[in-house]
Amino acid sequence: MLDKHAKLERNALAFVFAIIFVASIGGIVEIAPLFTIDETVEEVEDMRVYTPLEVAGRNIYIREGCYACHSQMIRTLQDEVERYGPYSLAVESQYDHPMLWGSKRTGPDLARVGEKFSDAWHVAHLINPRNVVPSSVMPSYAWLMRNTLKYEDMGLHLSALRKVGVPYSDEMIENAAQDTYGQARPGSERADAFVERYGEESNVSLFDGDPDRITEMDALVAYLQILGRLTDVAHQSSDSAQQTTSTGSGD
Amino acid sequence: MISQLTRDERSSAMYLSGLLVLFGGFLAIAGRNDVLGWHGAMLVFSGAILLFALISRFYDDEPARESRHEYYDDPTKFGVVVAMIWLVFATFVGDWVAWLLVFPEATFDAGWSSFGRLRPVHTTGVIFGFGGNALIATSFHVLQRTSRARLAGSVSPWVVLIGFNLFCIMAVTGYMFGITASKEYAEPEWYADLFLVVIWVVYFVLYVRTLARRQEPHIYVANWYFMAFILVVAILHIINNLAVPVSLGHAKSYSLFSGVQDAMTQWWYGHNAVAFFLTSGFLGMLYYYLPRRAGRPIYSYRMSIISFWGITFLYMWAGSHHLHYTALPHWVQNLGMTFSIILVVPSWASAGNALLTLNGAWEKVRDDATLRFMFVAAVFYGLSTFEGSFMAIRPVNSLSHYTDWTVGHVHAGALGWVAMITFGAFYTLVPMLWNRERMYSSRLIEAHFWLALSGTVIYVFSMWNSGIIQGLMWRAYAENGTLAYSFMDSVDAMAPYYVARAVGGFLFFLGGVIGLYNIWKTIKMPAQAHTPIYDLPPVVDVEPAE
Repeated sequence: MLDKHAKLERNALAFVFAIIFVASIGGIVEIAPLFTIDETVEEVEDMRVYTPLEVAGRNIYIREGCYACHSQMIRTLQDEVERYGPYSLAVESQYDHPMLWGSKRTGPDLARVGEKFSDAWHVAHLINPRNVVPSSVMPSYAWLMRNTLKYEDMGLHLSALRKVGVPYSDEMIENAAQDTYGQARPGSERADAFVERYGEESNVSLFDGDPDRITEMDALVAYLQILGRLTDVAHQSSDSAQQTTSTGSGD
Repeated sequence: MISQLTRDERSSAMYLSGLLVLFGGFLAIAGRNDVLGWHGAMLVFSGAILLFALISRFYDDEPARESRHEYYDDPTKFGVVVAMIWLVFATFVGDWVAWLLVFPEATFDAGWSSFGRLRPVHTTGVIFGFGGNALIATSFHVLQRTSRARLAGSVSPWVVLIGFNLFCIMAVTGYMFGITASKEYAEPEWYADLFLVVIWVVYFVLYVRTLARRQEPHIYVANWYFMAFILVVAILHIINNLAVPVSLGHAKSYSLFSGVQDAMTQWWYGHNAVAFFLTSGFLGMLYYYLPRRAGRPIYSYRMSIISFWGITFLYMWAGSHHLHYTALPHWVQNLGMTFSIILVVPSWASAGNALLTLNGAWEKVRDDATLRFMFVAAVFYGLSTFEGSFMAIRPVNSLSHYTDWTVGHVHAGALGWVAMITFGAFYTLVPMLWNRERMYSSRLIEAHFWLALSGTVIYVFSMWNSGIIQGLMWRAYAENGTLAYSFMDSVDAMAPYYVARAVGGFLFFLGGVIGLYNIWKTIKMPAQAHTPIYDLPPVVDVEPAE
């Protein structure tokens, strides 16, 4: 064995190929099947896509690095299910390019924060978290309210998302900018056209409370309000008692 | 820099600088309505400065022919100094964000100064800025000595170093402007990623071509690790960053993978960035500088082989332990846990090999802070790899995941292992590179050592405490069967530990400042009349073609 290795050590290219071969095995065995085994991602009927305004909000969530402190992945542990809601299923992040499961909870998990609080609460919280949660350590995001949202190019964004596998229709891509506006302007004609395209369940609201401008606050709140609401499948399976692991320490 | 290049090399450097200007110009025009345009302009500006310097010194004297028979250490010198500057900058930002958790109001009411944007500046700055430059610099030095051959090229080492630093600058400025792909430790966007691929290919080709010139029949262990670092980081980087840009004029892209597949790819990348950037590369450093400083050969050749192939094979399976109890299929979680536990064997073989090499030189460890840095690094390497395997066990992970324990673990590795081995290597290397008898001040090395060690210990202990308290509070039940604490209760409980962590981080930062000062003063020291001969010269059997 050692002799053979002594030979290998004399040949740089053989060594290079040996490293590539040995290092590739783990990834091939663990990752490749995730694309081919059907059970990896559940199939559900009611899965929706993000609306253009929600995509814009998600991009702000990414831009600000919210994922550094907030996870979006409720684990199959009893205390997490009791604290945050039904545990996360793979299908719920099926259209998340990239996923935002996170790795750290300096703040709470947000996988099911959608519709838990009012729009006004989110706006107040983002302007200054300590106004609503006195000992919060989250930064203030007051300037989101001052920044006008750039959304003229949302069609390009949806079209790039379609290239990586999100089923946006041609019509959705064509009208992306109008739909961004419509979702944040209840009662407008564009709002009706938006609902027709994205369905009755979609969330039309005056998110930041300011009827004059579409701000980055509008987009981020719209995104936060959809978290966990793209499909109801997790809630349905929780009726049949989710299988969780109990780790409770108090008794 | 330029005086060491022949006229031919100066003109090829000019072509390359011109290419940089063209590439930057393309980005600047295509992305004129986006941050992308600013990055393009930055590349144009950098390329123009290089071009100007090359043109103005084009007709300067060419280097003497004999100098071509010496080792080429200018790139290493550059890398060492730049690495230390990155260290000071990035640990400063790290300590800043640590204080932001104590004083959350201390932002300037602007996006760039909030925790979420500054945190990747810190992580990229230390991992890639400090760690990457340290690895590139030391790998060039080790490669030449262990091969007894000059680097196979005089321009390409500069392409690697300057290109890599431009990548790092695009990355950290991008985050502050809000450009991020959000994948942890792979945050730079598509154009910076493509740029890095080119730089990395140049690095690999240079490495293999120099190995081909070697006059030693065997490739030394340190080079195995550096090669694994270069190769596997390339594979990880390319696959994890596959993405479709919104347009050629947008910095923003959407990753090719989504959801569970993306999560697995990301943590396969993330964990192996730890393995092949922060472990493999720095083991390469350890295998050369520790025996040299101790004046003793590596304890066991057999253990070196076992740990090298063990690490190269096993780490690639371990990434899924970042996804325990998530929507990732169980079988992948179980594989990840199993391989993570086995990983302690090759990891401890490396740590043990290092410590047993020191066995018999303990009086040197006691007296010489430089060697003590490397000793402590090996101890922290052993501790944090054990801790890592332990945290990969599913039930342990149910407590530790999402908490500060993970942050503590990472810093035990990053401060205790990666940074300490680098300081030991640099203090060994700097007098050799600049032909000085010794470092400027051994008392400053001693001060740096104790600041770094106490900073690391304070940091890691406070995060162990806060992490375990968080984990226990989140899962505690009251007598009536409801959860005992709200999430905010757990945030309130963190307050004293966040202060302690920021203090520990500050001590570590201070040590880095002292280190940079000491290295700078060493460079400025007058050359000794009788400089020691550190190395056997390269063997020259053929005249270099130039």
